[in-house]
Amino acid sequence: MTWQGWLQIGLVLALVASAIKPLGLYMAHVFEGERTFLSPVLQPVERGFYRLAGLDSRAEQTWLGYAMGVLLFSFLGVLLLYAILRLQGFLPFNPQGFEAVAPDLAFNTAVSFVTNTNWQSYGGETTMSHMSQMLGLTVQNFVSAASGIAIAVAVSRAFARSGVDRIGNFWIDLTRATLYVLMPMAIVVALVFAALGLPQTLEGSVTAMTLEGVSQTIAMGPMASQEAIKQLGTNGGGFMNVNASHPFENPNAFSNYLAIFSMLSISSALVYAFGQIVGSRRQAWALLAAMAILLVAGIGAIYWAETAGNPIHLAAGVDASLGNMEGKEIRFGQAMTALYAAATTGLSNGGVNAMHSSLTPLGGLVPLFFIQLGEVLPGGVGSGLYGMVVFAILTVFVAGLMVGRTPEFLGKKIEAREMKLAMLAILILPLAILGFSAVAAVIPVGLAGPANAGPHGLTEILYAYSSAAGNNGSAFAGLSANSPWYNTTLALAMLAGRFAYIVPVLAIAGSLAKKTRVPASSGTFPTDGVLFVGLLIGIILILGGLQFFPALALGPILEHVLMLAGQTF
Amino acid sequence: MSSTAITPSVVDPAILLPALRDALVKLDPRQLVRNPVIFVTEVVALLVTVLWAQELLTGIGAPAFSGQIAAWLWFTVVFANFAEAVAEGRGKAQAESLKRGKADLFAKRLLHPNDEADTASEVIPAISLKVGDIVLVEAGDIIPGDGDVIAGVASVNESAVTGESAPVIRESGGDRSAVTGGTQIISDWLRIRITTRPGESFVDRMIGLIEGAKRQKTPNEIALSILLSGLTLVFLIAVVTLYGLALYSGTDLSVAVLAALLVTLIPTTIGGLLSAIGIAGMDRLVRFNVVATSGRAVEAAGDVDTLLLDKTGTITFGNRMASEFMAVEGVGETELARAVLLASLADETAEGRSIVALAKSDYGLTEPPAGEGRPIAFSAQTRISGIDIDGRPVRKGAVDAVLRFVGLDKSQAPAGFNAAVDAVARTGGTPLAVAEGTRLLGVIHLKDVVKPGIKERFAALRAMGIRTVMVTGDNPVTAAAIASEAGVDDFLAEATPEQKLDYIRREQQGGRLIAMCGDGTNDAPALAQADVGVAMQSGTQAAREAGNMVDLDSSPTKLIEIVEIGKQILMTRGSLTTFSIANDVAKYFAIIPALFVATYPELGALNVMGLASPQSAILSAVIFNALIIVVLIPLALRGVAYRPVGAAALLRRNLLVYGLGGLVAPFLGIKLIDLAVSALNLI
Repeated sequence: MTWQGWLQIGLVLALVASAIKPLGLYMAHVFEGERTFLSPVLQPVERGFYRLAGLDSRAEQTWLGYAMGVLLFSFLGVLLLYAILRLQGFLPFNPQGFEAVAPDLAFNTAVSFVTNTNWQSYGGETTMSHMSQMLGLTVQNFVSAASGIAIAVAVSRAFARSGVDRIGNFWIDLTRATLYVLMPMAIVVALVFAALGLPQTLEGSVTAMTLEGVSQTIAMGPMASQEAIKQLGTNGGGFMNVNASHPFENPNAFSNYLAIFSMLSISSALVYAFGQIVGSRRQAWALLAAMAILLVAGIGAIYWAETAGNPIHLAAGVDASLGNMEGKEIRFGQAMTALYAAATTGLSNGGVNAMHSSLTPLGGLVPLFFIQLGEVLPGGVGSGLYGMVVFAILTVFVAGLMVGRTPEFLGKKIEAREMKLAMLAILILPLAILGFSAVAAVIPVGLAGPANAGPHGLTEILYAYSSAAGNNGSAFAGLSANSPWYNTTLALAMLAGRFAYIVPVLAIAGSLAKKTRVPASSGTFPTDGVLFVGLLIGIILILGGLQFFPALALGPILEHVLMLAGQTF
Repeated sequence: MSSTAITPSVVDPAILLPALRDALVKLDPRQLVRNPVIFVTEVVALLVTVLWAQELLTGIGAPAFSGQIAAWLWFTVVFANFAEAVAEGRGKAQAESLKRGKADLFAKRLLHPNDEADTASEVIPAISLKVGDIVLVEAGDIIPGDGDVIAGVASVNESAVTGESAPVIRESGGDRSAVTGGTQIISDWLRIRITTRPGESFVDRMIGLIEGAKRQKTPNEIALSILLSGLTLVFLIAVVTLYGLALYSGTDLSVAVLAALLVTLIPTTIGGLLSAIGIAGMDRLVRFNVVATSGRAVEAAGDVDTLLLDKTGTITFGNRMASEFMAVEGVGETELARAVLLASLADETAEGRSIVALAKSDYGLTEPPAGEGRPIAFSAQTRISGIDIDGRPVRKGAVDAVLRFVGLDKSQAPAGFNAAVDAVARTGGTPLAVAEGTRLLGVIHLKDVVKPGIKERFAALRAMGIRTVMVTGDNPVTAAAIASEAGVDDFLAEATPEQKLDYIRREQQGGRLIAMCGDGTNDAPALAQADVGVAMQSGTQAAREAGNMVDLDSSPTKLIEIVEIGKQILMTRGSLTTFSIANDVAKYFAIIPALFVATYPELGALNVMGLASPQSAILSAVIFNALIIVVLIPLALRGVAYRPVGAAALLRRNLLVYGLGGLVAPFLGIKLIDLAVSALNLI
């Protein structure tokens, strides 16, 4: 580790921190239906959409109505994307003439992009036409992110309201998130990306003659625009198979900074918007502090593990000065790789600028553990916030009792119904991750996937299901996931991780909105102080992470102790 | 059974032995299913026992190991049951004595209840009484059921219920008309209208409550059970899937070790102690001589935001007392005091006595010999008392009455006199005038005396985040003065029952929880509306029905203790939950390396405690998990110490003790047990 490395990390995080307040306030205004500086341009467009849809912009929904809206919209999204992928051979903008995507892969991909996972069982540049990339995948990059934001906003409103059963209107929140937040930011970021050298073209590929005299096909396409929403919407689905480690997707240090900044900014600012909507900015900073502490700890752990390197490599005479550089890009270096790997899994982004499979065992453990914690550091756009709210509810429940009052969070009593729903949501990750992994680790079709034997192979399986269930989408690499077994089970894990979580969360929102807000007193458990931040971290680690300890012990931890013993597979 | 009653020791054999038997009876899965965590433990224990038997018969496997695991899993279940049984046992003796008092009661039901002179009655068993029956009780009789006195005055010994042996007066009408079944009438007679069905009377409710037979889970207990069940499911998933992951890693885990891992991870500590905490909390309340109709009310008490307290009897002593004598110009202090003393000798009211006491204590005067002068007794009509001595009339009384006596209009009174009267009125006190002949001597300041120490209690409540509101029929000026002296946060002056009800509703609409106490029939609506309504045992039947708690000592300050007990129950639950969850970290470090060290010796690095062998590590974790329940039973019964220091400070303290303690304790405990296990060669 070097001070220059930490300085770079600090710089990017400081940039993100400086964006939190203005962006958070802007989003709070947008979702409260107030005027913003973009309203003169966007409001007529927004109204036009509502008129087209025959939507009353004042009509609000109950939690059930809201949830049905999310489910219906997502279901139609899967259908549409599946159709596009299956029919891409007949559709225009297919300069490379790609055939239809196979049924199981098309299903997996459709689910993957609608659930904001962006797990890719395929190589983008060798499978998807420009039409599929732009009209299929990119559209979902926008609206799946917007759905997440909408749900987070509905949850925020539930805390702000008292004695009502309405939590907002999904269609309006969806429209506003896309129109006022994602679109303008994506346009700006895409232009900057293009300026930084990302290709933005409808050409298919160029063929070049290399120095060795062989011809090489170089894939091209509308990458700058794709890359922008991939980061902003914490989607992570790359245009290229190797994602943001490819020199076209992420050509230099600046594009790397911008990528990390883009993926962290909206999720972090949404927490601030939450504080603004519920009327307690201190609460927002407390949640952000818990997120930041864990995230920085993770960055540090990866950075340390990677620079410490692999003793087996060292014994073989590899230059030790840079640490473990396998699978990393020299133009990013250790610090920016550590930051990217931690951020992409602390979020539910899933894009990578290095191959996580090539990280040292402990370096690889961090991204895996971050996903298993439920991606709340600060998490996917929207999903991070509502995931954190569930943890906060659990925290006040366990710890709040210790002050001798029935627990309350932001003035809302946490009772049996909320606990039931929160536990339902909490159960999803262990069920999907450990359940599928345990089966895949013993059946032949599952065992056919991992490229490596021993604990690393188990980590590959674990990582795949964690990534899917956590709607992260990053691949550990090494796992051949494009098989009917993995495509199907991973799709199921993605669906469960997204919707089996969203429905209880919205039900909690509905239940909280109905409750009267209890005014705080000195007898109330303070949820905006240092103590709460510490507790929240404890609960995230214990309730979110403890159940994965046995699995991690057999995966990365075992691999680590074996590495120290010099054993290879 | 007064509030100072000695809490039975946890190691009292009279409680422990029956509790041990009950703990075994409670193994019945139909009972145990109410407690999901312990139920799962029992199922797992059964499974391991069956496998152990199979291993014994076939000779395959390690029956010595799985047998010990099975035994300790059973101990875990029995210890959890034992905790509950001990908690229940502490109330049982009390319930028994109440039941004895109730047995074989007979009632004299009046045949012609409408004829007040006719005492013809039939004797029927008390259990066949119906609501609305009129019964006659005479000296020596046991009152057959709860009811209202409709005629007669009698002294009643209520010690069977309250533990207080001094008899109380019960009479028709007013606030002393309620009688409780099972209490004994000592003198005279009463006609009583029965108001509750047999089996639902106050004593029945009390028995049910103490025995825990009708115990229902409180809302927070339900929510906590859901959390614990959820955690159990999470760890069930983690343990079951571990089998597959271990197979991949070349280890075929046995059911016994998986069972051990599961039971140590699921929150058995809090799961086993949860109901004991609730029962013990109710029991503590009963020991404070408060009977709650439901656990829900006790829990709500912990959440109370606002306490509505009657001024009289709660905040002040209830009687106004003389606090100073203020002489007008030209009159000496001693002269005034002497006149005051003389004028008040014939005033037998509490106020009069307080004036005499003040004259003696602060002015060193002594009473003149009896028979000197002609006393004029105080009466409500004249509102004046005094003495005619040596032909001079000395009088004291209400200001306007004394002015009339001396034949002066208020405007004609000396300026100093009027100023003193106004000064007293401004501070909320009551001025009395003193005159000798036609000369006004001065003013007595009568004041509602705030109970000593009450201000500190309110400050403590404020630190807990609880507002206190004083309710009084006094005018706003008087009320404000007493409110500021007592340190309450707000007051409700000239309060009518309707205003009280409105105030409660308004507060509740703002999301606050209200507690109040009351005794009169006109308190009933407010008692019913309040989240915690404590009725006085001495109060009317209507009030007792409306509230959700009854204070047998009829002491309104009890409300504060009730709140503390409510908080203590919640705190104990939270602390033990935190402890239980924090324990898991150490258990992982004990068991995970033990499971896989045979296949991968390198994983021994995780064996940070340096436990002797894989088997002893697993066994030690299971033993620790079982024993910790027993170790924590006293804490569960006693409750976590409560201090009124505010939420943040409480949390810091409990987190340090139970959070950090929960993290560290099992590391030490498991290591010690492991040393013992290896020393005894159990494995």
